[in-house]
This record gives sequence, C-alpha cells and structure tokens, in this order.
Amino acid sequence: MTMIFGVPLAVFMGQLTLGLVNGAFYALLSLGLAVIFGLLKIVNFAHGAQYMLGAFAALLGFRYLGINYWLALFLVPLVVGAFGVLLERFLLRRIAHLDHLYGLLLTFGLALIFEGTLVNFFGVSGARYATPEILQGGLNLGFMFLPTYRAWVLVAALAMCLFTWFMIERTRLGAYLRAGTENSQLMQAFGVNVPLLITLTYGFGVALAAFAGVLAAPLYPVSPTMGSSLLIVVFAVVVIGGMGSILGAIITGLAMGIIEGLTKVYYPEASNTVIFFVMILVLMLRPVGLFGKEA
Amino acid sequence: MTFMKKTLAASIAVAAASSLAVSTAQADMSDGEVRIGYLADMSGTYRDLAGPGGLTAMEMAVADFGGSVNGAPIVISSADDRNSADVGANTVRGWIDQDNVDMVGGLVASSVSIAVTKVLEENNGLGIVSGSAASSITNEHCTPNHIHWVYDTYPLANGTAKAVVEQGGDTWFMLTADYAFGHALEADVTKVVEESGGEIVGGVRHPFPTNDFSSYILQAQGSGAKIIGLANAGADTVNAITTASQFGLTQSGQQLAGLLIFLNDVHALGLEATQNLLLTTGWYWDMDEQSREWSQRYFDEVGRMPTMVQAGIYSSTMHYLKAVEAAGTDDPETVRAQMADMPIEDFFARNGRIREDGRMVHDMYLAQVKTPEESTGEWDLYEILSTIPAEEAYRPLSESQCKLVQN
Amino acid sequence: MMTETQSMAAPSAVLERQKRAKFRRNMFYLALIVVGLVAPFLAYPVFLMKVLCFALFACAFNLLLGYAGLLSFGHAAFLATGGYVTGYLLASYPGLTPELGIIAGTLLATLLGVLFGVLSIRRQGIYFAMVTLAIAQLVYFMFVQAPFTGGEDGLHGVPRGELFGFISLSSNLAMYYFVFAIFIFGFALIQRTVHSPFGQVLKAIRENEPRAVSLGYNADAYKLVAFVISAGLAGLAGSTKTVVFQLASLTDAHWHMSGEVILMTLLGGVGTLLGPLMGAGIVVSLQHILAQSPLGNWVSVILGIIFVICVLSFRSGIVGELDKMYRKNFK
Repeated sequence: MTMIFGVPLAVFMGQLTLGLVNGAFYALLSLGLAVIFGLLKIVNFAHGAQYMLGAFAALLGFRYLGINYWLALFLVPLVVGAFGVLLERFLLRRIAHLDHLYGLLLTFGLALIFEGTLVNFFGVSGARYATPEILQGGLNLGFMFLPTYRAWVLVAALAMCLFTWFMIERTRLGAYLRAGTENSQLMQAFGVNVPLLITLTYGFGVALAAFAGVLAAPLYPVSPTMGSSLLIVVFAVVVIGGMGSILGAIITGLAMGIIEGLTKVYYPEASNTVIFFVMILVLMLRPVGLFGKEA
Repeated sequence: MTFMKKTLAASIAVAAASSLAVSTAQADMSDGEVRIGYLADMSGTYRDLAGPGGLTAMEMAVADFGGSVNGAPIVISSADDRNSADVGANTVRGWIDQDNVDMVGGLVASSVSIAVTKVLEENNGLGIVSGSAASSITNEHCTPNHIHWVYDTYPLANGTAKAVVEQGGDTWFMLTADYAFGHALEADVTKVVEESGGEIVGGVRHPFPTNDFSSYILQAQGSGAKIIGLANAGADTVNAITTASQFGLTQSGQQLAGLLIFLNDVHALGLEATQNLLLTTGWYWDMDEQSREWSQRYFDEVGRMPTMVQAGIYSSTMHYLKAVEAAGTDDPETVRAQMADMPIEDFFARNGRIREDGRMVHDMYLAQVKTPEESTGEWDLYEILSTIPAEEAYRPLSESQCKLVQN
Repeated sequence: MMTETQSMAAPSAVLERQKRAKFRRNMFYLALIVVGLVAPFLAYPVFLMKVLCFALFACAFNLLLGYAGLLSFGHAAFLATGGYVTGYLLASYPGLTPELGIIAGTLLATLLGVLFGVLSIRRQGIYFAMVTLAIAQLVYFMFVQAPFTGGEDGLHGVPRGELFGFISLSSNLAMYYFVFAIFIFGFALIQRTVHSPFGQVLKAIRENEPRAVSLGYNADAYKLVAFVISAGLAGLAGSTKTVVFQLASLTDAHWHMSGEVILMTLLGGVGTLLGPLMGAGIVVSLQHILAQSPLGNWVSVILGIIFVICVLSFRSGIVGELDKMYRKNFK
C-alpha cells in the first residue's frame, strides 16, 4: 500500500475529498460575506443564522407543504433572500450612514433573535432532512466510498460559486456592482439606482447562505445553532483570504476545507482550531490577507 | 406559571379548611410551605431531555400528591440555568438565601449539577439530580446533600459494552470526544471491553463539539473493527450517527454502540439512521403497563413521550414528598435520611434504593433501537432486550472515591 | 457626562467652570460610593457582586470601544482566563490567599492581552472584530481541551479563603466589600486613564488616526496599550468573579459572553464612564428576572431585540441619552 506521511494513500485521498466537501461550504459562505461586504461594507453577523434559516425553510417546507428537495433548492434561497431584502430595506438602511461596526452589531442582534426564536419552537436536538431519492447511496471511487450526496454538494456548491463569480466579474450588472463598490456616489450620478442595487446585493448574499443551508440540510442535523459556530470559522477564513476578491474567497474556502480535512487524520485534536492557527500565521506574515488589497 | 398560582390557591384553600388540625404538623415545615425549585436547561441543548417537560412532570407529581404535605402547601418555582454553572449556582444560592427553598430538582448539565451541589453542601440544602450523566456526581463530587436519581455514565457504558461484547462484538474502535468527559467514558468502556474478552483496535479523539464526522467515520471504517463505540454525548453523538448512516457504516457490517444516547435523540435522528443501535436506559415509556399509563397522562399534557429523565423527575419528586410526609418535616438532613430508609418501587424505578454515596440504584435496561419496519408509531422506538439488576448496574461502592463511603 | 467644556469664555471663567465641574463630579462619585457601601443591606449581596464583576468587565471593554474605537468581539477570552487561572491556583494550592490568586489571574489575562493585541491591532474596524472573535474561539477550544479547566464540567469548589491570610471571605458581606474595593480600583484606573494625556491621544486616534499619526504619535502602540489595560481589567473581573462564585466555567469563554459585554456597554452608553456600570446592572438584573419568569426561554431573543433597538435608535445608550437631556435642559 502506498503511504503518505504514514497514512495509506486511500485514506489520504478520502480525507482530501471530504475536506473539499467541507471547503465548499466555507467557500459558499465566505463568498456571500464578501459579496455583501463589497457594497454594504458591513460584516453580516446574521450570515450563520441565515444559513440555518435556509436549512429550516427546506425542512419545514417539506414537512408542512410537501416541497421536495429540488424545489426547495430553488425556492428557499428566493424566500430567505426576500427576507434579507426586507431586513436591508427596513433595518440596515437606517444605519447605513453610520460607522459600519453598527451593521455588525445589528446583524449580531438579529442572529440572536433568529436562533433564540427557533430554539423555542424546535429545541436544539436537531431534526433530520431526508436525502433525495436519486442522491442516496454512494460512489465507489476506488480509494473510498463517497456518499453520492456529498459528491453532489461539491458539484452544486462549486457551480454556484462559479456562477456568482461570472455574474460579478463578467456581466453588466456585476460591473455596476463593482463600480458601486468603488464609488457609489458617482454611480448614483450616472443614473444607477444604488440603494436598490445595495438591497438586491444583500438579498443575494443572504440567498447564497440559504442555498448553502439547503445543501447542508440532508448532511447535518437541522438545528437552530447549526450556523453560529460555523460562522466563526468562516470569519477566520475571510480574514485569511481578505475580502478583496470573489475568487479569493472561493479558493481560500476550499483550501481551508482541505487543510482541516488533513488535520483530522494527522492530528485530530487540533482539527477545529487549525484554521484559527492559519489565520494567526497569515496575520503575522500578511496582515491584509492572502487576496486582500493593501489599504 | 399559571399552574403555580393554581397550586398555591388550592393549597391555601386546603390549608385553611383543615385549619387547626394540621397546625402542629405545619409548624415543622419551614415557613409553613414545602418549597421546591426546578432548575434545568429550558432552552438549550438539553431542552428536550428534561426542560419544560421535566417541570410538567414535577407539577404532575405535586398534583398527584394532593398539592400539600401534612397541610403545608407545596410550591414550585422554576428557573432556566441556560447550561451555565454560574447561573445555576447563583439561582440556587438565591433560592436558599432568599426564598428558603427546601429541595432543588431537575439538574441536567453535569457542570451545573456539580456547581449546585457544592452550594447545597455549603448551605445545608437538598438536591435531587435527575438529568446529569457524570458518574463523578456521586463519586469524587459526592455530598451528603444530594441524590443522583435516574442514571449515570457507569451503567450506560458498562451495560452496553458488556452486552455488545457478549453478543460477539469483540473488536472496538472508539470515537471519543476530546475532553474530560469523553476520556472518562472511553476509559470505562475500554476496561469493560477488555474484561469481557474484547479488544480495542483503534480510536480517534475528535474535538468537542464537532459538526462534521465524515473524516472520523472514514477512519473507523478503515479500522476493520466490528463495533464503533461513541464515547461522546448530545449533538456529537447525533452527528456521528447521522454521518455513519450516510457512509453506509452499518450496511458494511459494522455496528454502532451509543454510550450516551436518549429517547429524544433517537426520536430526532429517526429510525433509519439509528436502527439496531444498542444502548442502556434507565427506563422506557413502553416497558410495561404502569409505565405506559403514566406516559399516556404525560403525553396528554406535553404532546411528546417522556424521556427517562422526565419520568425520573416525577419519581424523585414523589419520593421526596413521601419522605417529607413520613418525617413530618422538610428539614433537609432528616428528609435525606428518611428518603434513604424507604425503598423505591414505582412505575419508574424497580428495586430502587439510595446508597450512602447518594446514588439511587435501580434496575437498568439494555435496549435496541427498532428498525423502521418493526416500529408501529412515532414513539415506538426501543425494544427492551434484558434487565441489568440494580446491584450490578452501578459503580460498586468498593471502587468509590466518595468521602461518605468508608473504604 | 464629563466631556470638557468647549467655551470661548475668558480663561479664568473656563478654569472656574472646570473646577466646578470637577467638584460636581467628585461629589457624584462620593454619592456613588456611599450607595455602594449601603447597598448590601438593601439588596442581595451575591447579586450585587455579580453586577459589580460584570460592570468591571464592561468598563474594561468600554475603555477599548469607547475611547479607542476598537470593537473587540473576543473579550470573553480574558474574563475566562482570569477566572480559570485564579480558580485553578486557589483550588490546587490551599495556602494561597485570594488576593494573590486574583493578581495571578489578572497578570495572565494581561499577558494574553499582549498576544491578542499584537495580532489583532494589525487589522482595523470590522476585521479587528473578526480577528478578536476568531482568536477568542481558539482560546475557547483550548479551554475545552485543557486538563486543568475540567472541560464541560468546569472548575468547582474554589475556596474563597482568607484575604491577606486573616480576613475570612466566607460571609457574603465581607466578600462584597472586597469586590466593591476591587471595582473601585478598576473604575478609578479607567477614569484616570481616560482623563490622562494618554487618554486624550487615544481619543485623537479614534477620531482621526492619520492625523494623530502625522502628529508623531505611534497609533498602534497607543492602541496596544489600551488593549492590554482592557484585557487585564477584564481578567481582574473574571478572577474576582471566580472567587465570589467559587467556580469557573466555559460560559465565560463562550462568544455569547463577548456579545453580552458589548450589549451591556451599548445599552449603558459607549464612551461614558458610568454607562457600562448601568448597562451591566440592567442586563444582569434582566437575566436574573427573566430566568425565573415564564419568559425564561426567551432570554436570548430579548437580548437580541434590545441589541437591535440600541443600534437602530438608542446609540448613545442610557447614560448618553440622559447626558444629552441634561445638557439640553440645564445648560
């Protein structure tokens, strides 16, 4: 058997693949944060809660309305995104002119409200969301048994990341968005409805989180607290990558997933801290982050 | 809280009606009332294990008892400890200092229970721990002021591990939560497995808490062990089981042994993921006629079937009230002694007695989670395989480090 | 409440007014001390001690947010470090007196503050908040795993001991006055820091960092010192809390705690000296009352709603708003 640093090649490859699947979630979430940050300049602390709301919407939609997974994958981001639009329009906009730290605090408060409310109705032990019929079972990759659903998560998350990247970097709407990031007053003068653009951007970022939530629903128990601990890791990912570029967020997310995956084999005790250590290292060597621009 | 008012009003009425006849008995109750505090996690991780349902169980016990003891009304106050040791300890300190609470019940998270029992010991109070898992509560952390009622990790780990090895599961891979609790559980299991002729072939220590178990499950699959022992608790156990089912662990011939898993966990996970899981439990709602009858009453109030902890809260409150009645006082020391003098035999506990270390030992049961095909209803989850006699189930006093035990 | 008057009046008049303001301030503090001294006879001392510990914690946090403009989302790490170190030492070495345990806990929290500070000062604003949150999470995980913290169970049975070796702290009243003295010490230290030249430079950096830098001030060094003082005092609060409650637990290290201290400060009034005291009093009382009411399950939702209201329409906090009202009506 081929060994890599004392671990059989098969196990090594398996962990790499699983790391990539987790990395896809980090990528999706840090991407959403980066998109929101780009235009609103706030860090959306409710991102984890919105991810959780996505998973819950899928669960409840199935339970009470009979909405299946595929429809949920399409509908839930729209619904939760629309909710995000309302939050931006009626809450965040009112403090847009202030120090952006207030945005962080406001969204933190919102996260507490969402989480606490759902805990009261659904408890915390977490509910199960069935894997859709076609994605049950697994693929034999030779080196491992990969559940089909995880393979699908990887594909879907990457596709969504690329779609977002394409939208922002290669379309006219994206050009407005980037221009709005640079100088929103000038954009306004050119006749672009910047407030609307901001609202929609926030809605889109939230929708990305909800999309990740739906993807996660069959993988992890759906519980009100599923988003909060994940979010802190994603914050570290964001600090590592810097919020300067869309592609940077995606690459950093995937890379951190892989690093975490490998830690689980070589030194499992540190697997939930390794990303924070990487963050510290990056802060020491390159404070603006790997893909960040010098201020 | 409406209930509290009702109890109060009813009890006052009763007290008034019986007037002079009971005045002597009442004089022996501090403040003329028996005050019980219910402290539990009402909103966090253990909400479904005890939580508001446990309070309902306690209220049922008080109502079934008649609302008063020897004419002294029984009053319940409740608080959410939010799983925080200092919130819990503070609440109890306040209850004792300001409200003269006579007994504290509920008590779920081990950290809270240990902190609370220290406060009780200092202030000479009385507590009944029903929800906590840590066996240290009646071992190195034992006090003369508390009783541990429903279960602890010792019978859970031992009962399950022994039975599994006897059924042929003699090679184990341990999935251990990397903190004090997980380490202790792992050590307990290792000992039993080896004593029963099994072998631990590998293991991995995962951080606490862990969201994604896929990597560890993959390592467990690679180990070739017959049994994957889950030396973790709560959300970690739930996550591990879910992931194992996704990776087809049980289909490929390996089996999970849950060392700390409860009815509400199995209910939340569903039978698809948990089928055939072996576990030890202190009680099951469907285990006999008595249990079913009580559980049905509980179900009508709460809308869920009771966990063993919720049933234990009823049982322990009832036993406490009986002891108060028999002793004619709510003085903690006297009541504690009285409780130990009376055997416990109700729908919950069989062959139950309270040992000098504060451990209430009673029969435990080895259960197996049913398959979706076997189950006939939402709560038809366990099949009871065998009974572990009370005297064998718990840590023997000869191994005790409790200061109350003469070794 | 104590911002300097900006009058164009003659210097002597300004001096006179400042003198009067100072006198009023001193009288006010004196009144507060008197209230603090009689309080344990009117209210439950253990509750008051909890308020004082959290008030000190919030004051320490406020030094950073209110006077240096840095939002730390990781202050729970210092509270917990102080608590665990003190708790571990006092529980393991019975000969150790409580004040020494507290000093040790405070020192270690201060050291951790240096580490945190050096790393996080490299980023500003929102990044600073995220970095502190992430490092605090790292510390949290370390506390979970470390053998001396007792993991989930926490550290229990910490003796209150005898202050200086001869004053028993086992009575709540004695303990209260000790805690009160610590609080006064911490509060005075913050008060002195804020009104010192150092504090003035800090405010200048907060208002306009590039300008302060161009005036020759090493902004990062000033921020770091503020961070370290804040961390040390947060550690002092944690250490004291451990002695009072005789336990240390993971709750203090959790990021919810970092959020709570922000709420206390925000609610009371960021950048006011008395705001954190008031905010801590309100939040602690609220938790205490809610926990025993039918709304017990809704604590975090209610805290969240207060958060949102504060940010949307109550940004000066209670003390800040009172101050505004006072200025409008009496000046």
